[in-house]
Amino acid sequence: MSDAAVTHEAHAHPPGFAHQFETIEQQREAGSLGMWLFLMTEILFFGGMFTAYTVYRSLHFGAFEAGSHLLLVQFGATNTAVLIISSLTMALAIRSAQTGQSKGVTIMWLLFTMFLGLAFLGIKLYFEWYHDWLEGLVPGLQWFASPGHTPGVQQFFCFYFFMTGLHALHMVVGVGILTVLVIMTARNKFSSQYYAPLEISGLYWHFVDIVWIFLFPLLYLIGGRYQR
Amino acid sequence: MSTATLDLPPAVPAESRVTYLNATTGIKSWLLTKDHKRIGLLYLCTITLMFMIGGLAAFFMRLQLLEPQGALVEPETYNKLFSIHGIIMVFFFLVPSIPATLGNFCIPLMIGARDVAFPKLNLLSWYIFITGCLLALVAIFSGGVDTGWTFYTPYSSTYSHSAVTWMAMGIFIAGFSSILTGLNFLVTIHKMRAPGMTWFRLPLFIWSMYATSVIFILGTPVIAITLFLLALERTLHVGIFDPALGGDPLLFQHMFWFYSHPAVYIMILPGMGVISELITAFSRKKIFGYSFVAFSSIAIAVISFIVWGHHMFVTGQSVYAGLIFSGLSFLVAIPSAVKVFNWTATLYKGSISYEAPMLYALGFIGLFTMGGLTGLFLAALATDVHLNGTYFVIAHFHYIMVGGAVMAYLGGIHFWWPKITGRLYPDLWARIAAALIFLGFNLTFFPQFVLGYLGMPRRYAVYPAEFQVLNVLSSAGASILAVGYAIPLIYLFWSMRYGPIAPQNPWGAKGLEWEAAATPPPTENFDVMPVVTEDAYNYQPLKGAHHSV
Amino acid sequence: MAGSHEHSEPHVVPVKTYLMVFLALMVGTGLTTWIAFVDLGPFNTVVALAIACAKMLLVILFFMHVKYQPGLTRIAIICAFFWLGIMMTLTLSDELTRSWEMNPSPWSVLIPHIPHVVRLFF
Repeated sequence: MSDAAVTHEAHAHPPGFAHQFETIEQQREAGSLGMWLFLMTEILFFGGMFTAYTVYRSLHFGAFEAGSHLLLVQFGATNTAVLIISSLTMALAIRSAQTGQSKGVTIMWLLFTMFLGLAFLGIKLYFEWYHDWLEGLVPGLQWFASPGHTPGVQQFFCFYFFMTGLHALHMVVGVGILTVLVIMTARNKFSSQYYAPLEISGLYWHFVDIVWIFLFPLLYLIGGRYQR
Repeated sequence: MSTATLDLPPAVPAESRVTYLNATTGIKSWLLTKDHKRIGLLYLCTITLMFMIGGLAAFFMRLQLLEPQGALVEPETYNKLFSIHGIIMVFFFLVPSIPATLGNFCIPLMIGARDVAFPKLNLLSWYIFITGCLLALVAIFSGGVDTGWTFYTPYSSTYSHSAVTWMAMGIFIAGFSSILTGLNFLVTIHKMRAPGMTWFRLPLFIWSMYATSVIFILGTPVIAITLFLLALERTLHVGIFDPALGGDPLLFQHMFWFYSHPAVYIMILPGMGVISELITAFSRKKIFGYSFVAFSSIAIAVISFIVWGHHMFVTGQSVYAGLIFSGLSFLVAIPSAVKVFNWTATLYKGSISYEAPMLYALGFIGLFTMGGLTGLFLAALATDVHLNGTYFVIAHFHYIMVGGAVMAYLGGIHFWWPKITGRLYPDLWARIAAALIFLGFNLTFFPQFVLGYLGMPRRYAVYPAEFQVLNVLSSAGASILAVGYAIPLIYLFWSMRYGPIAPQNPWGAKGLEWEAAATPPPTENFDVMPVVTEDAYNYQPLKGAHHSV
Repeated sequence: MAGSHEHSEPHVVPVKTYLMVFLALMVGTGLTTWIAFVDLGPFNTVVALAIACAKMLLVILFFMHVKYQPGLTRIAIICAFFWLGIMMTLTLSDELTRSWEMNPSPWSVLIPHIPHVVRLFF
């Protein structure tokens, strides 16, 4: 490679720099755009179920309303709050890395976020799904133990479990990602120059929060909860 | 010359240069590569294999249809043959074909980048694709699938006793692979263009790959959730498509076709991009109406998402929705026609040569036009009522996908073969194969237009005796087509070892991949990162040629 | 590199902004839950969805930093939602019109059905 110029200036790149890029800014922008594109696919992925939900809700409104009233609003609302707090702690974790605070601070916020994610899953699993199991409301595994639930209500519960199940699966993945981030932070992989994995994981976490923000009213509050 | 040129000593033999092919050796260096060029070749091997499996199914189908009462198999088996043929050809061959092979190989070279934005994700996408293929093979060997590639419910969700769940999972996983590919391409094209490579200097192949990637991102997740829900329903014996719970079979179809119609544009758009490259290179002329062709790719990608209901005109969709979808379906013909007109205008007063890639390109233009025009018959509600479910539809989409997409794919493989391997293939055999493919293709599928018009239904293992002559003609054509496909397989393999060493730019084509990168390129693509100062296809008239404006 | 970068250092969001967004989100959640227990007829759903959309916007703009991002991110997000809208709208255009009578003058059929369609949602 005789007098071929060095293909990028030989300045020191921060750790984590990938050589298909020319600058760390290009890498960061590319990573961010990549995560947003992935979130677009997630919007369409969940969106398919939201579309199906919209169709059947408009065709079987009464059954969906009846099914919705069998869900426990207090846990749905609590879980919504839990996830919102976790989004705050996630944003603070990223900010702490961005502003060069010590890794202990970042790890603290990440652990808070993980704890809240696990709390969400625990509440869902124990207070909601286990309760539904006891009431005989779980499609496929044991159908309605007590008669009087119409096929439309059964269909609603298919949606309830599929949608919250898919959401919970994404939460589990999110908790896994947070675990990896905690380990990486502990190993000093991040700095105020390079914290892109934290940032893009944050995007994923906030997205999962947004899905729940819509699931809550659409599943738990159909037709309102007022006394008729 | 305004793009960077290489000053290699003219007599350096390729074997002694370090290229991406010999930079590292051993199977691990290929299976763990992050080089987009090697990953493109890994995909090439895999999809060639899948093409053979899908082709084998077609072979048995055409044998079966030699006789009106069926020459080979029971109807239940025939159902599995056409289902497997469709599934493998659509999801495991056509969708990844040009994007994952030529796209992976050429995009960074054409825009002046070292690699794609996320090389490790690129390798992961190949492994994900392999996993999907393996699951599909498990499905085939554990009894096959008999629902058609369209998996309509409630047959697929409740009544079929075939390996639907395995296959659905295989397609679901292969879909992830295409999402990652599309994601990689979009970020690469947005963020990694060389200095001076503005949007409107990009080769048109890049524009069409960009449009294809948009469809990957927006459409694939919907087939993913649809098949996921289907698999859940088969496993749990309850779900949202279950008519007993008020499930609507048409909802499945809406969700299925929301992806699968844009999917057919995933299959043709990259081919159109290749044709733009071939037509300009082999008429040595700037493309006519660059921005129209560029924008038409985007328009096709956008419009492709609002026409899916034309697959459901006769399955119970409301007339009002049918009206809307029919009207919108006419729209999509417009940008496609723009491309055909512009390619033709590019040919006009060009300095045309008839090497194999150009033969494929010219064949594409004619066959794609026929396929596209017959699509209009199907877009019109009233005629579709008669033609839907007949061989007319089959002929229509095979003209586009085989006469169009596969020919473009072969043309692209031949065009970039010297760049990929550093070798030349024997052009005489290449032209013979191209001619055989063209002939075989038309003999196979033109009779099917007539059959469909006369009313022969599709997906039937038997047919009325009066249709036999046309069916036999079609099967005869298929055997010629098979020979035509086998020939390139042979000489392309042969050329890798025994073909003449290719010069830097055997076609004299414009484009960074030809002018700024060695043949074959080194792992980092460019010894000197190019700087772009001229438009695409900036062909100058040949010395002595009379150039009139 | 080709293409402009609008900024090379990402914007640092003040903690105060995060806290205010957080508070707004919690208030929104409480409001949604409380209003569900108030009889607003068909508007329960409208209000609940409106609050959900507002919460989503807050998360996107501030927690996900889109307010401080170049336009490409916004276009991408808008496209995703728009495409979801296409899927829902055209699917519903079939599902909700199945029971309509076929009539040579569709406009006269359309108008009396509109309140019926609206009521289907609530």
